[in-house]
Amino acid sequence: MSKFSDFAKARREGTKMVPVPSVSIMPERDLGRAPALECLHLGIDFGGLKAVDDFNITVGRTEICGLIGPNGAGKTTVFNLLTKVYQPTRGTIMVDGQDTAGMSPARVNQMGVARTFQNIRLFGSLTVEENVAVGLHNQRHCGMATSILRLPHHWKSERWYHERALELLDIFDMTGLAAHEAGSLPYGAQRRLEIVRALATNPRLLLLDEPAAGMNPSETAELMENIVKIRDTFGIAIMLIEHDMNLVMNICEGICVLNFGKIIAKGTPEEIQCNDAVIEAYLGTRKEAEA
Amino acid sequence: MGIKILNPQTRSTVITYAIVVAAFIAVTVLDGLGFISNSLSGQLVPICAYVCLAVSLNLVVGVSGELSLGHAGFMSVGAFTGVVVAGMLARAGVESELALFALSAAVGAVAAGVIGFLVGIPVMRLRGDYLAIVTLAFGEIIKNLLNNFYVGVDDAGLHFSMTDSSSLGMTQGTILINGPKGAVGIDKISTFVLGIVLVLITVAVVLNLMHSRDGRAIMAVRDNRIAAESVGINVTKYRLMAFTVASALAGAAGVLYAMNYSTITPSQFDFNQSILILVYVVLGGMGNIWGSIVSAAFLTVLPELLRPINDYRMLLYAVVLILVMVVPHLKVYRRVADALRSRLAHRGPAAATEGGEADE
Repeated sequence: MSKFSDFAKARREGTKMVPVPSVSIMPERDLGRAPALECLHLGIDFGGLKAVDDFNITVGRTEICGLIGPNGAGKTTVFNLLTKVYQPTRGTIMVDGQDTAGMSPARVNQMGVARTFQNIRLFGSLTVEENVAVGLHNQRHCGMATSILRLPHHWKSERWYHERALELLDIFDMTGLAAHEAGSLPYGAQRRLEIVRALATNPRLLLLDEPAAGMNPSETAELMENIVKIRDTFGIAIMLIEHDMNLVMNICEGICVLNFGKIIAKGTPEEIQCNDAVIEAYLGTRKEAEA
Repeated sequence: MGIKILNPQTRSTVITYAIVVAAFIAVTVLDGLGFISNSLSGQLVPICAYVCLAVSLNLVVGVSGELSLGHAGFMSVGAFTGVVVAGMLARAGVESELALFALSAAVGAVAAGVIGFLVGIPVMRLRGDYLAIVTLAFGEIIKNLLNNFYVGVDDAGLHFSMTDSSSLGMTQGTILINGPKGAVGIDKISTFVLGIVLVLITVAVVLNLMHSRDGRAIMAVRDNRIAAESVGINVTKYRLMAFTVASALAGAAGVLYAMNYSTITPSQFDFNQSILILVYVVLGGMGNIWGSIVSAAFLTVLPELLRPINDYRMLLYAVVLILVMVVPHLKVYRRVADALRSRLAHRGPAAATEGGEADE
């Protein structure tokens, strides 16, 4: 993981927050390959309420994209739709150019969509390493009979899981915590572990639901570094829900603003900051924003 | 990475096997010295069977996190299949008791596993209380089906009937299962050694499954179903896997149990039996395999030990059950446990997870 430390060093020495200009990795530049995610007229109704309606978005293969909006705007519902926790009432979700209609949450993950949760959902009684190993579940197979009989293939697989899990934990300097019970970790470490677990599934699109919630400014700054680092190392698309505007404006290349289940604005951070509809719906009146 | 001599997982595995082996040695030695009473030595095989049942039910209740109330049903499927297989083999001229037992246990396990799988398909669509109720119902259905099941064997092969024994249409040969009267004239081939071997096999299967790729998936589903789905785990598959493996192991335990008596009836494998096994699991600690072993053995022996004060023994049994549940919540107990734990914690992080095992 030397690539990471080099990157972190360059960052500490005062390079710009977003070293990779967003333009060079916009979806249009990824020639001949489908975007990581495309949603067309996506919507879901809860009873008579249109929780999400006419949601259209395209996320490039290595784009960091922000999904923001006031509380109750339907941001987490969008994530639940993308991961099939809810089946959409209408519309299409294309992951890597393939329609995910009718797929189970597990199948969608195998297609390359991994996520974290707003209210942390770890496997609390398993160790940190085991949590990551569960994430690696579909990366390597080892049958039940092989495991019960403890055949050589089982040990080989277990070693692979162990090494790979430690490698992934190293991203967040968490190898020292590998043997700890996940449920006993401090809050920030639990959030990081969720990201590692999601990364272990080898995703093409990583969905982060409020990754900086409950973190102090220095932890948030570190998280921002790590998110960019993950994108650069793994070459994946990241979509995040976040209320921390500093984080969103600094690392997102594209931002989508949701209000009452509908997209009210899409664009670069600069465009969003100047958008009247966004300011009115989310950041308050222009007068307040300037103050 | 430094070498960890015993991480908590390996430690509990070692403890588990050590308990079984130590119990075996202790009983063998005591038996040799003549310290084991007749009534207790008669209990040895049932103890082994109940240990197997508790450990296998722990796979469902503790490891997979599903409350199943029909374990005795799978036990009876194994028991009666084993009786039929043993009857056939004995007729075919198989002499060796070991071969008889091994084959009956294997076939009994497979039969119970298949039934467990079939029952599991609809049952695993449910969760929580609903799952408990439906497994209870399936346990009763199996019992009632066996109550109306007649099997006989003669030179022409096996005969089945669901009406009565005369409709089997046999002139000679033996009736193996006779409806509500159950199986009569079983060869008593179960021994304590076979029982211990079966316990070791059951423990090995459960522990090896727990500490593997599939076991992690099963426990992940238990800890958080939505998160498990989000990392690509097929939830139904792993719940069904735990349920099927547990059913198969219960089937093998059923064979062990049946082969210890000359007669077994379907009504022995009723709801009370399932609850009894569940009590062992709950008292031993959900997901704690050696806890199940100890509590199953202890609670099977306890009524025997209390026999001298016969009038009060069920009362005392109940008192012990209540104490085991209440004591861990007492302040005094917790203070002592915490003190023990913090003293052990100084030895390193691995020692902090469990108290009481200061053996280094």
